[in-house]
Amino acid sequence: MGHVELAELTKVFDNDGNELVAVNDLNIEIEDGEFLVLVGPSGCGKSTTLRCVAGLERTTRGEIWIGDEEVSDKKPKNRDIAMVFQNYALYPHMSARENMAFGLKISTDLSPDEISTRVDNTAEMMGIQDLLEKKPGELSGGQQQRVALGRAIVRDPEVFLMDEPLSNLDAKLRSSMRTELQDLQQELGVTTVYVTHDQVEAMTMGDRIAILNHGELCQVGTPLECYHHPDNRFVASFIGSPSMNFFDAEIQYSDVRTEILTDSFEYTLSESTVDRLTDRVTNAVLGIRPEDIRLASDDVSGIQATVTVTEPIGERTYVYLEIGDLSCTASMPGNLTFKPGEEIEIDIPEERIHLFDQETDEAVLNRVEPDDQAEAYSKVA
Amino acid sequence: MARSNYHYAGYDRSGPRYWAKKLGIYALVIAGALWLVAPFWWTITGALSENPGAGLVVFFPAEPTLENFETLVNEVPIGRWFLNAFILAGTVTLFNVTFDTLAGYAFAKLEFFARDKIFLAFIGTMMIPGMVTLIPVYILLSELGWINTYRGLIVPFIASPFGIFLLRQHFLSLPTSLGEAARLDGCNKLQVFYHIYLPLAKPAVATLGIFTFMFSWNDFEWPLIIATSESMYTLPVALFAVQGRYTQDWGLVMATAAVMVLPIIVVFLLAQRHFIRGMTLSGMKG
Repeated sequence: MGHVELAELTKVFDNDGNELVAVNDLNIEIEDGEFLVLVGPSGCGKSTTLRCVAGLERTTRGEIWIGDEEVSDKKPKNRDIAMVFQNYALYPHMSARENMAFGLKISTDLSPDEISTRVDNTAEMMGIQDLLEKKPGELSGGQQQRVALGRAIVRDPEVFLMDEPLSNLDAKLRSSMRTELQDLQQELGVTTVYVTHDQVEAMTMGDRIAILNHGELCQVGTPLECYHHPDNRFVASFIGSPSMNFFDAEIQYSDVRTEILTDSFEYTLSESTVDRLTDRVTNAVLGIRPEDIRLASDDVSGIQATVTVTEPIGERTYVYLEIGDLSCTASMPGNLTFKPGEEIEIDIPEERIHLFDQETDEAVLNRVEPDDQAEAYSKVA
Repeated sequence: MARSNYHYAGYDRSGPRYWAKKLGIYALVIAGALWLVAPFWWTITGALSENPGAGLVVFFPAEPTLENFETLVNEVPIGRWFLNAFILAGTVTLFNVTFDTLAGYAFAKLEFFARDKIFLAFIGTMMIPGMVTLIPVYILLSELGWINTYRGLIVPFIASPFGIFLLRQHFLSLPTSLGEAARLDGCNKLQVFYHIYLPLAKPAVATLGIFTFMFSWNDFEWPLIIATSESMYTLPVALFAVQGRYTQDWGLVMATAAVMVLPIIVVFLLAQRHFIRGMTLSGMKG
């Protein structure tokens, strides 16, 4: 069974007396056959977590369960895992075939014939039969990547661990490998833990994503859960591109009407929205996704904004705006044109705003999910 | 066709300036080569001359003769000296390659208590001049009764901080992820070393081997002290001995020198590729 569970996993590096907490009290449960993506900025502890699962780092505290066994004291070879490294880590002095066969040769008592058959089968699946006799140095980046994946697959492990395996590929190859990896994972049904700093990779590949920051788990959920219902400000800013706009704001509650005051504009909340607040905070952060900002219609007075820069990307145009002293980004339909310096009026739809507690950064209000999730999703990718 | 480095506008491959420059460079290189080859040439011609003088450089012997070599074979135990030098250099090289690669691997890729401090201590010993430890080591070996034995010749040199340093630096330049991948593939630490890092360290190991062989083959001081009887002499000591005993017989000295330099030339020719690579690797001059 490829069920993986991390319980209170903590890893502290001791750097000549300076303690560095890389992973702090991490609890994640990964179902058998699930594709879980660990995502976060560099230094957030995602790779360390993966290396702990792999057994390349000793955990400071906590437990790691793979299947029905607690493995944190086991050697990497006894954990029934295979790992794909960022730089592929193919053995330069061995041919692709020897690279793939090496693990089987060392750790199993399969006969050379059986090993050879398994390598051939895997190579066929990966479409690398022609490369088997070549050394890694003679292969392109994409081919090395395939051999590295083949080396992991041929071992037939319970769990795949992948440490930013696509980051060394060029953009085009990366997106095709992304799809291929997903296909492969679904076909094999092997539990996969995948580390990346690229939120697009996380969103598109993961069954669920776990967002880490400063060694702590910020949220685990399906990509769309994290996108629509971020638990906190960090997740909201990390997931989605361009990133969500944030404005520090003060909320004034009253029976008549509740107002949000930012440095540059005011905003009235309806009663139904106020009812949805999980906590009546006064110091808040107002969040709005760029694609939720609209041009104000003629009959409603909107918020005055000045266009500073536009970035047309075809289907959409990213418009950088200044609202008084505040700046924000809006994603507008590509058929509209804006000129730098132009004054426009924008509308921030009430049902799409997020509110976060300024002190704890926790979300107190998340936007109402659009009816058509697919549409929202396409904007992210 | 691939563009060569010289195919660009403004670079002339003809004209007086070009040829003057070329000629100048080649003249310099040839002069340098002659300067380096001359002593070897003199050694050979001296050995082939009947009675060469010390101050007289003979570049072409009037009547080439093998007399000096005959004397060498018949009157002194040159075979034994050659064997001694070979045993010394061969064994020391073998031990150094074994120990230095293992230690270099440990210092570069394994984690253990005070690793870097211990390494610094090793490197620190390189700063102590050999003269300082000469007498203590001699006394130690004399207490052990190892004077005038192969053990006494070999054991003090079975590992060297320089070799450990050279190999450590090379192992450091290899990605750690290779070893990690091998550990996940089921290797223990020794298997990681043997299957992954050692094959990748071949150039450095070859360099170390060649250097060690050369240094111990040419080593004069230690065999002079330890080898008290003629039968334990190595060639460099023998070179000194023949000169002393047969007062100023330069022909014989040259013949011994020729015999001594021969294996080094063979080793160099065989391993030239590794040798040159090793020079750049260790940042050393020959």
